[in-house]
Amino acid sequence: MEIKKPAIAGTLESSDCQVTVEAGEGKVDFSLESAVINQYGNQIRKVAYETLDNLGIDNVKLTIVDKGALDCTIKARIEAAVYRSIGQIEDLPWGGAIR
Amino acid sequence: MNPNKKRLRRTMMFLNAQKPGLIKDPYIYKPDSIMLDLEDAVAENQKDAARFSLYHALKTINYRGCERVVRINGLDTPYWKEDIRCAVAGGCDAIRIPKTESAQDVKVVEAEVIQAEKDFGREEGSVLIMAAIESARGVMRALDICESSERLFGIALSGGDYTKDLQTHITGTGIELMGARQNMVIAARAAGVQCFDTVYTDLDDMDGFRQDVENIHLMGFDGKSIINPRQINIVHEIFTPKQKDIIFAEKVVREIDTKKAQGIGVFTVDGKMIDIAFYDGAKRTIELAKASGVYKGDL
Amino acid sequence: MINAVGRDIPEEILKVTGKEVFQGVHHFDGHVYKKHGPEVECVINSNGSKMVDSIHDVLVKCGIKDGMTVSFHHHFREGDYVVNMVMKEIHDMGIKDITICASSLGKAHDPLVEYIEDGTITNIQSSGVRGKIGEAISNGKLKGLAIMRSHGGRVRALVTGETQIDIAFIGTPTCDEYGNCRGIGGKSDCGVLSYAMSDAFHANKMVAITDCMVPFPNFPAHISMTKVDYVVEVDQIGDPKKIATGAAKPTTDMRKLMMADYCTQFVVNTPYFKDGFSYQTGVGGASIASTISLAKVMKERNIRMRFGVGGLTKPMCDLLINGQVDALLDTQDFDLAAVESVKDLHHFRISAGEYANPFNKGAVVNKLDFVILAALEVDVHFNCNVVVDSNGMITGAQGGHPDTAAGAKCAIVIAPLLQGRTPAICTDVTTVTTPGESVDVVITDYGIAINPKRQDLIEAMKDVDLPFKTIEELRDIAYSIAGEPQKVQFGDRVVGVIESRDGTIMDVVRQIKPFEFDD
Repeated sequence: MEIKKPAIAGTLESSDCQVTVEAGEGKVDFSLESAVINQYGNQIRKVAYETLDNLGIDNVKLTIVDKGALDCTIKARIEAAVYRSIGQIEDLPWGGAIR
Repeated sequence: MNPNKKRLRRTMMFLNAQKPGLIKDPYIYKPDSIMLDLEDAVAENQKDAARFSLYHALKTINYRGCERVVRINGLDTPYWKEDIRCAVAGGCDAIRIPKTESAQDVKVVEAEVIQAEKDFGREEGSVLIMAAIESARGVMRALDICESSERLFGIALSGGDYTKDLQTHITGTGIELMGARQNMVIAARAAGVQCFDTVYTDLDDMDGFRQDVENIHLMGFDGKSIINPRQINIVHEIFTPKQKDIIFAEKVVREIDTKKAQGIGVFTVDGKMIDIAFYDGAKRTIELAKASGVYKGDL
Repeated sequence: MINAVGRDIPEEILKVTGKEVFQGVHHFDGHVYKKHGPEVECVINSNGSKMVDSIHDVLVKCGIKDGMTVSFHHHFREGDYVVNMVMKEIHDMGIKDITICASSLGKAHDPLVEYIEDGTITNIQSSGVRGKIGEAISNGKLKGLAIMRSHGGRVRALVTGETQIDIAFIGTPTCDEYGNCRGIGGKSDCGVLSYAMSDAFHANKMVAITDCMVPFPNFPAHISMTKVDYVVEVDQIGDPKKIATGAAKPTTDMRKLMMADYCTQFVVNTPYFKDGFSYQTGVGGASIASTISLAKVMKERNIRMRFGVGGLTKPMCDLLINGQVDALLDTQDFDLAAVESVKDLHHFRISAGEYANPFNKGAVVNKLDFVILAALEVDVHFNCNVVVDSNGMITGAQGGHPDTAAGAKCAIVIAPLLQGRTPAICTDVTTVTTPGESVDVVITDYGIAINPKRQDLIEAMKDVDLPFKTIEELRDIAYSIAGEPQKVQFGDRVVGVIESRDGTIMDVVRQIKPFEFDD
């Protein structure tokens, strides 16, 4: 999948994260700001890359501002941003690319 | 029949499916059911994001025995079909239909649920349905709605919209809800499904809340929708059989069993006249006590 | 060298500080030492006045010079003006290399960072630091070491002479021209001056700073003229709105209410809950809620509290108003209700020394049955961290945590299992402030763990219907939800020492460094 237009999902509330996706420069460009970066920075990055991989995205600028979100929320926000970026809101691949 | 159809549902706690802080661990407050809301609580421009949040919450979070009901958007919106796909794929226990006005509404949803169960490899019949009634028309058709589907485990009154339709408003006294409550609980009992009362929104008036719960308990409701975990203990306290009632029910069941064998039809327990007609009620008390985790006996 | 809580204290720190490693809470029981006394400049001439025109003039009179130690109290909390006022003057006079010995420092003192950066302040001794000073220390900006001491430990350091205060600056709500200080009255009413009382005993020079002069004698004095060298009147010693706030509205957060309820249920099922018990609690939402629910049970069962201790809030003072407690022993007032309550005959002021100094012939904390505490982290050894946040930043204060935990028969720590994503129950705390041997019970929203050392409490709870778990189970639940946290990536330099209340080293705090991903 290709990122079509920049998109944002999520909030800056506690336990949430705000994810921005923009068209990449031929690779995954990952940046993270997190209140728990020391404890979970590597884990968040792992989840982010896995989520992108499941979606078949390898060309994106992904920015996460994390406020202590659990992995399931990080995934959900990345997917929401990606599908917003391509404008798909129906017939989503639940259990497929979204997993 | 899905064995969960008649499960204990004293409390059903509303949670905005779009708020990670709310949906991450509501089970610590031990509501019987949680209702993950995609409808009114979610802003129009967040309907898409809420589904991803819902899907992963259902997939990942161990809700430790709380039933997971998903309230989908209304059948008059563009969202409800995808809501069902997402909720069923995620593994929800039940779908709540808002603004139900007819048996047909339930059937339409049921068809989508069946399709989603197939699409996402879930056992047929594993997803239950409940119908929220929010209008005068819905109240008048309550029995039809209750009998519309084998999957339908119950109906719930949604007082805010209903009172608007009735051209009155929520007063806190319950007067404006009397007819709907009475009609719905009678319909539900006639059809053999459960009936749930509307939310009580004034969190500063816990005495008023308690009174409200006591009223609907006496009316025969099975439980109440709640908006805050502070309301759980009060509902559970009122809906859980008291020890003295459990002990009495136990005696009634045992006495009826023995007396029946001896061919005696009418007798007394603790000075009260008892006959076979008390049997089902006493059994129900024991079952409710068991489900609420307060029964230690061997019946 | 490994200490009794398993922390490796670098040799160089032991050398620089001349301290030993922590060897257990009761290691110094029975220890004999000689108290240290201050220099005293006699005031015999009856023509002498103690009034001095300005902070600048009083610094000159006290002979301020490079390398001195100056002290402050924190009764004005986030409303304090005194520390900044004095330090600005010291800075403007070009003095360097000052050690600040404060009972605590908070966000109100953010302006001090500039003086840390320019070398005016090179050492800090405090219960802890919040706000920008904490960040500055954690970022390695303080030239010397920050020493974090409990309230009792601070008095011990003064009494033993480990810390010699050159000049103590005591903000006082009212004062007379001869230096009698009282914590009540005036426009910056803080109720008590408990933390400053030890400074008055042990500082070489002692300056009272007030914004409300009253005629002599300002009696009964909380700090006597016999210990005061100079008095300075200024416009404002603090912001009254931030000194004593309105009573906090009882929490409606069900998570906190639930933990408070667990706490009360636990307390009332211990053998210590009987007529004449004693109790201390903090100012967190759950602590306050548990005091309120405990008061209900006390009423139902007709049980009276003999005494309540500590930093006080409205719910504790309500016990006095409602005749449910015989006496309150007060070290600090957190709200206006507490300031008002000080006027009650059964509400007594005590000094920080009386309260918690382990090198007394006994302290009030030793007489406590219960203390209800909070913590940022508790590990499976029951060690608590209250000073350093999950990113390794100094952000809190020891306060009376280790003192009360050591003294109380039943020390209960309340913490939600997850603070955001960060597990409060973990394998090893980032930094130990209170040793696990002092901590008896941990109450979380997911369950309650009793320290296995307290088999008596485990036995007492055997038939009690509460969600008991082992501490390891609680940690496992936390990790199963949030994932297992990685350790904070610290730099090498030690920037702070967590001192045990007996003066030994409990742990060290290292400089933080920017996070780097594994690769």
